[in-house]
Amino acid sequence: MLPSVIGKYSLIFGFLISFPIFYYSFIDYKKSGNLNTKIISFSFLQLLFILISFISLIISFVISDFSNETVFNNSHTTKPLFYKIAGTWGNHEGSLLLWLLVLTLFVFIFLLTSKKQIKSYRILTTIFQQIIIFGFFVFVIKTSNPFSHIFPDPNEGLGLNPILQDPALAIHPPILYLGYVGASIIFSSALSATVLNYISSSWASHIKAWTYISWIFLTLGILLGSIWAYYELGWGGFWFWDPVENVSLMPWLALTTLIHCLIVLEKRTLLKSWVIILSITTFTLSMSGTFLVRSGILNSVHTFANDPERGIFILLFLFSLIILSLVIFFFFNKNQDKITSNFFWLSKDTSLLINNWFMMYFLSVVLIGTLYPIFLDVISSEKISVGPPFYHKLIAPFLLFFLVAMAIGPKLSWIKSKFVEKFSLISFFGISLLLSSYLVFKLNIDFLINTLLLSTAFFLFLITFKDFFINKTKNISQKISHFGFALFILSVLLNNFLSSEIVTNLKVGESYDDGKVKIYLEKVEKFKKQNYESVIGYFDITDQKNKTEKFKPELRIYNQPVIITSEADIKTNLFYDKFLVINVVQNQNYFNLRYQFKPLMSWIWISVLIISMGGLTNLLYSRNEK
Amino acid sequence: MKNKIVPFLVFFFFIFIFFVFYKSLNQTNIYTPNVNLNKNIPEFEAKIFKSNESFSSKDFMLNEYYLINIWASWCAPCRLEHKYLLELNDINSLKMIGINYKDLKLNAENFLNDLGNPYDLILSDDNGKLSINWGAYGVPETFIVFNNKIVKKYTGPLNEINVQEIRKILSQ
Amino acid sequence: MKKILIFLLLINISTAHGEIQNDKLKIEITKNLRCLICQGQSVYDSDSEFANSLKLVVEDKLNEGMEEEEIYIFLKEKYGNWILYDPELSKNTYILWILPLLLFLFGGAIIIRKLNLKKN
Repeated sequence: MLPSVIGKYSLIFGFLISFPIFYYSFIDYKKSGNLNTKIISFSFLQLLFILISFISLIISFVISDFSNETVFNNSHTTKPLFYKIAGTWGNHEGSLLLWLLVLTLFVFIFLLTSKKQIKSYRILTTIFQQIIIFGFFVFVIKTSNPFSHIFPDPNEGLGLNPILQDPALAIHPPILYLGYVGASIIFSSALSATVLNYISSSWASHIKAWTYISWIFLTLGILLGSIWAYYELGWGGFWFWDPVENVSLMPWLALTTLIHCLIVLEKRTLLKSWVIILSITTFTLSMSGTFLVRSGILNSVHTFANDPERGIFILLFLFSLIILSLVIFFFFNKNQDKITSNFFWLSKDTSLLINNWFMMYFLSVVLIGTLYPIFLDVISSEKISVGPPFYHKLIAPFLLFFLVAMAIGPKLSWIKSKFVEKFSLISFFGISLLLSSYLVFKLNIDFLINTLLLSTAFFLFLITFKDFFINKTKNISQKISHFGFALFILSVLLNNFLSSEIVTNLKVGESYDDGKVKIYLEKVEKFKKQNYESVIGYFDITDQKNKTEKFKPELRIYNQPVIITSEADIKTNLFYDKFLVINVVQNQNYFNLRYQFKPLMSWIWISVLIISMGGLTNLLYSRNEK
Repeated sequence: MKNKIVPFLVFFFFIFIFFVFYKSLNQTNIYTPNVNLNKNIPEFEAKIFKSNESFSSKDFMLNEYYLINIWASWCAPCRLEHKYLLELNDINSLKMIGINYKDLKLNAENFLNDLGNPYDLILSDDNGKLSINWGAYGVPETFIVFNNKIVKKYTGPLNEINVQEIRKILSQ
Repeated sequence: MKKILIFLLLINISTAHGEIQNDKLKIEITKNLRCLICQGQSVYDSDSEFANSLKLVVEDKLNEGMEEEEIYIFLKEKYGNWILYDPELSKNTYILWILPLLLFLFGGAIIIRKLNLKKN
């Protein structure tokens, strides 16, 4: 139908625009004078075509045009409108169109906002970005076309996975992609600056804004994904070290490290090689993530359609980009850090270097844990699983030192520091240690590692909190983000220690009572909804203070495709979450239920918001940074 | 000289990674544990379907071929493979034992009445523990046993090719 | 008579304590087991048929007196190493565990070298 046709040709036109963009860029590169405005115009035109294409796809979904294969595979007439629209980017082809949209949008914005930069840098960045865009166009048009036609037109679609019909998940991809794909500008820009020997303090100031934008979206995108997992998947967890989760965490780690390195580069003209490598790494990890998720070599909750042909294409594309960046790095990067005359161990430079060291370690743990099973399988046909215990064991001990370093590092001055706050640091550490040992002892859990973790987390929390009251607006964005991080670690630890769970079976009319919590199943009702049948259990749960709350967890039996999902009933407040899930037991007339009491859950989400707010603060007020 | 080594190492490293990923793309990702081949059958004791008697691993006779099939009335693929089980029933030398997995007796009986009963013996596995003992994780799964060893294992419903394989094993 | 009562009481307490220990252990073990028919969930988190049966099996084995390690060996024999989320240290996994640590040390060495160069 018409929107599909428009979308298809718009996509092809967008692809063709690559050629004039390359052409004019190459010609204008060596010329003197201002940037040829044709480059900007064509970039805009390319963006426009993709936008039209994307909107056409949305329309095709909304009108349920099943002659379009993508719509057929991923939609259904009974789906609510909001999810029809969200279905556009919830599938492989549509999500790639979104990639293209963000790629073209960002390079266009880059051209508009970089007018003060030197021309060759702007053009070279555009060229590198256009290489990426070109690759994606070929990939989409050849292997993942969202506008392929099927004949005869089916009457009904195959429906979207009902687990994906959720508000948080609807906006999770766009936000996450703004982060992932935003890193493309950093990549292109860094390569360009390397070739032109433009890695400098002024370049750092210029590219900073882009890194913060990408970083904020990436942080929020990961947050949304975790919130969705918590509310929708019904197991009460928010992070499982699942390969696809890891694949979003890795660029985040690289990008966070990059932000810190840019601070150093801007101030002290050091760490140039780090900056280049991290810029390449962040985007490479984003793209590798794409490869891993779509190629079928990963086994996970989140994987998209498994298709090796697509996998091979992305693999070749990805490695071409990697080889290209490596060639540029080794050939053009003559940056040796200036050897400064005075150097002292106790300084901000060193602490940032240590930060990089630890962050790269964490990144390598996640990377190795995620990829190792694949390597082992190929090399020796042995299949193993690498799950949470691996990551916890390798990260926890190092996290201890990292948290302490985070508390002390920002207090040091550049080059040399007199350790003025010794007293308060030591006393805060002492307080944290005492408080934590007491808590851990009372909770009767593994003493040593938990006390240490909790102490360092408390310590960082107290220090970062106190920092708000010293020199109030200086380095405010760093204070906010670091405080957010401390709060995050603390919330996760305490939530982990203090959570409790009850698993039991109940028939209608039965009760469970263990002295602390009483759970009573009053009745069960069934309804028929738009595209599923709903079974709701009505529970009364009475806590220790004799307060009774009503819970209504639901089971949904979808018809297209046939899937049963469990919708937890979660009661949230600032202090704790109460989480109830029911499940059917095969051939029985009772229900299995899981009731969880989870303190401080909200603070986990809030703290991540705070972290991203620090980044936002920097974008808006970067005057008081040091 | 030293500065040349690092780039080379890095390049080789990435080429290596490329080939590993390339190879992994061509492998399937559905994991079928092969650990059970030529392993001994598990020790177990289970209730026979409609009586109170029990059957144990000691009751397996030597020099006899057994086919163990885990099934349930609520399992859709089991319906699909059932005709192949009935086909295999022709082989007199093959003793077929069904393990009825987490099922209601009535439903299981109806299933067999509707589609036919190929089993010489049916065992009940109400809680799924017997199947785990056998190393199964879903329904349907089929094991070929000879001399107290698991000779072949099929995960998922049987198909034509599997049936031919089984006939071949039996004719040896 | 009193002695018998005290004896019975002590046994009761110790078995009750043993049960609580077993419950905790069961949770720990099932969190470490992969649900093989799910797409990335532990047996503890999953409510699939396989997971529920496996939980019963683990409980039985614990009540029989099996240690955590023995239960893992039992399950690995049936399903392969894939069923464990904690990759045990074996010839297959040395690199997995050691490589990050090696990289860490390597990174540290480079940093110290660079800083020493700067100092001199």
